[in-house]
Amino acid sequence: MALEFSPETYKKFEETVNRYPKKEAALLPVLCLAQKEFGHLGQEAIEYVARLMEQSPARVCGVVSFYTMLNTKPIGWHHIQVCRTLPCALRGAERLTSFISKTLGIEVGQTTADGRFTLSEVECLASCGTAPMMQINDDYYENLTDEKVTEVLASLK
Amino acid sequence: MEKVLLRNIDVPDSHTLAVYSSRGGYRPWQEVVKNIRPEQLIEEIKASGLRGRGGAGFPTGMKWGFVPKDSPKPKYMVCNADESEPGTFKDRLLIEKDPHAIIEGTLMAAYAIQSHTAFIYIRGELAFGANILERAVDEATQAGYIGKNILGSGYDVDLIVHRGAGAYICGEETALLSSLEGGRGWPKVKPPFPATHGLFGCPTVVNNVETLAALPWIIEHGAAAYAAMGTDKSKGTKLFSVSGHISKPGVYELEMGYPLMKFLEEDCGGVPNGRRLKGVIPGGGSMPVLRPDELEKVNLDYESVQAAGSLLGSGGVIVMDDGTCMVRAAWNLARFFAHESCGQCSPCREGCHWMEKIFHRIEQGEGRKGDLELILNVSGNIMGNTICPFGDAAAMPAAAFVRKYREEFEEHITQKRCTIRNGVME
Repeated sequence: MALEFSPETYKKFEETVNRYPKKEAALLPVLCLAQKEFGHLGQEAIEYVARLMEQSPARVCGVVSFYTMLNTKPIGWHHIQVCRTLPCALRGAERLTSFISKTLGIEVGQTTADGRFTLSEVECLASCGTAPMMQINDDYYENLTDEKVTEVLASLK
Repeated sequence: MEKVLLRNIDVPDSHTLAVYSSRGGYRPWQEVVKNIRPEQLIEEIKASGLRGRGGAGFPTGMKWGFVPKDSPKPKYMVCNADESEPGTFKDRLLIEKDPHAIIEGTLMAAYAIQSHTAFIYIRGELAFGANILERAVDEATQAGYIGKNILGSGYDVDLIVHRGAGAYICGEETALLSSLEGGRGWPKVKPPFPATHGLFGCPTVVNNVETLAALPWIIEHGAAAYAAMGTDKSKGTKLFSVSGHISKPGVYELEMGYPLMKFLEEDCGGVPNGRRLKGVIPGGGSMPVLRPDELEKVNLDYESVQAAGSLLGSGGVIVMDDGTCMVRAAWNLARFFAHESCGQCSPCREGCHWMEKIFHRIEQGEGRKGDLELILNVSGNIMGNTICPFGDAAAMPAAAFVRKYREEFEEHITQKRCTIRNGVME
């Protein structure tokens, strides 16, 4: 069956488009809706959004590939993103990343075999005063220590 | 000093309309929309001396004044909440703790340029903040501060919270507009400026969160009260985000012109663990680093920081102690810019990656003779040769690290290893 929004998401899509002065301006929010619904934005999802937005799949694909939060490949249920930019690096971000990497047994950019965790390094998340930090899905975890990370990861299992 | 921007953040539930209103919130907006003409409002903000807090420091009232009054096209107001500059986390604090101040300021700016559609463009990663802003917009709409015929004034404005999807460049105003139009976040050539050709080719103003959050206070207390604070050319107060090797990191509000060393040593508790100061980036990761000997006379205002050879930028103060390998620090920031370059202009697209690779090999002990000249050469060829300020933002700090800590870079090359013992970034 072809990929499509559930009736509830389709309603959200219509509401979203109607909020904007021009339909094309709603592309990013609609892509975010699609990612939430489909897990990631593969080719089928991109073609579906392109049809909904009355744009070419090539254009939509160009937009998707520009933004780091839009994933074209499946990722783990919990997406761990450790900030690696200078203020976090000065307070131990590199150590933090290798600790998580060891704990989960995966390298940066990989997903655990059970599909639960993906580990990424990302650039500045505007949390420099509470470094080192990581974002897991929508949530920030700040002032991290090994103990705190262990606790957080255990709570997510 | 009276707090302008952080006046509400320690009050419990400061993000709610009830608390904001109980502290006088939206009174200035009622005054503006009922009794002040748009031209008067622009004049008042010009008189306050308020300058854009996103990094460029352009006078806010003047920016509004460039919007044509007789344009037949719709006009748009955009609050830039895409805070992504390394070392900067002040807007996030305001978004989470005082969203109504941002909304009230955005409404005032929209009114000043007579826009009927306003946006708050918030970076996508800040989901928590975006939820708070959306709730606050709903509250303000229900209270009649947003919508049609606001408080019987005949003025209409709609306010949309728009989430980005991860791209540093979208903090640059023309890139932000490209993104808001539903495209890749590509900066546009200026001129024409957004004031005449912005969102969808229509007159548009983009102001930073902190700039807008100052407006309610200025209207309530008067432009003269705001202008009485700060220095001759840098008026009022500003937020500073302090990070890195410092005892008390965080967001501080200071009167412009506050001495930097006094701030770091007395207010922020100095460098911890008995270490010594090695360098400070005063205005976010895009700005040149300053050595301790350059910091002595620096005051935190636009002119003083510029005189010292850097820029005040976003007020993101990154502190590095003597355990910091400056080659690694330079590489870290070069990697940031290589990752975030939007790819439109070849000097930046190619140059940022070259600089990143060269810094990296020097740090790995594989630096070559002539590498430092090569970095300065690449940096010099990016400077001024790109559509947007990103190119300069990548080039300036790279060159500054090499020029100011040259011996350390040379040691790395001649000894073929990192020469900083007990480094803090391993």
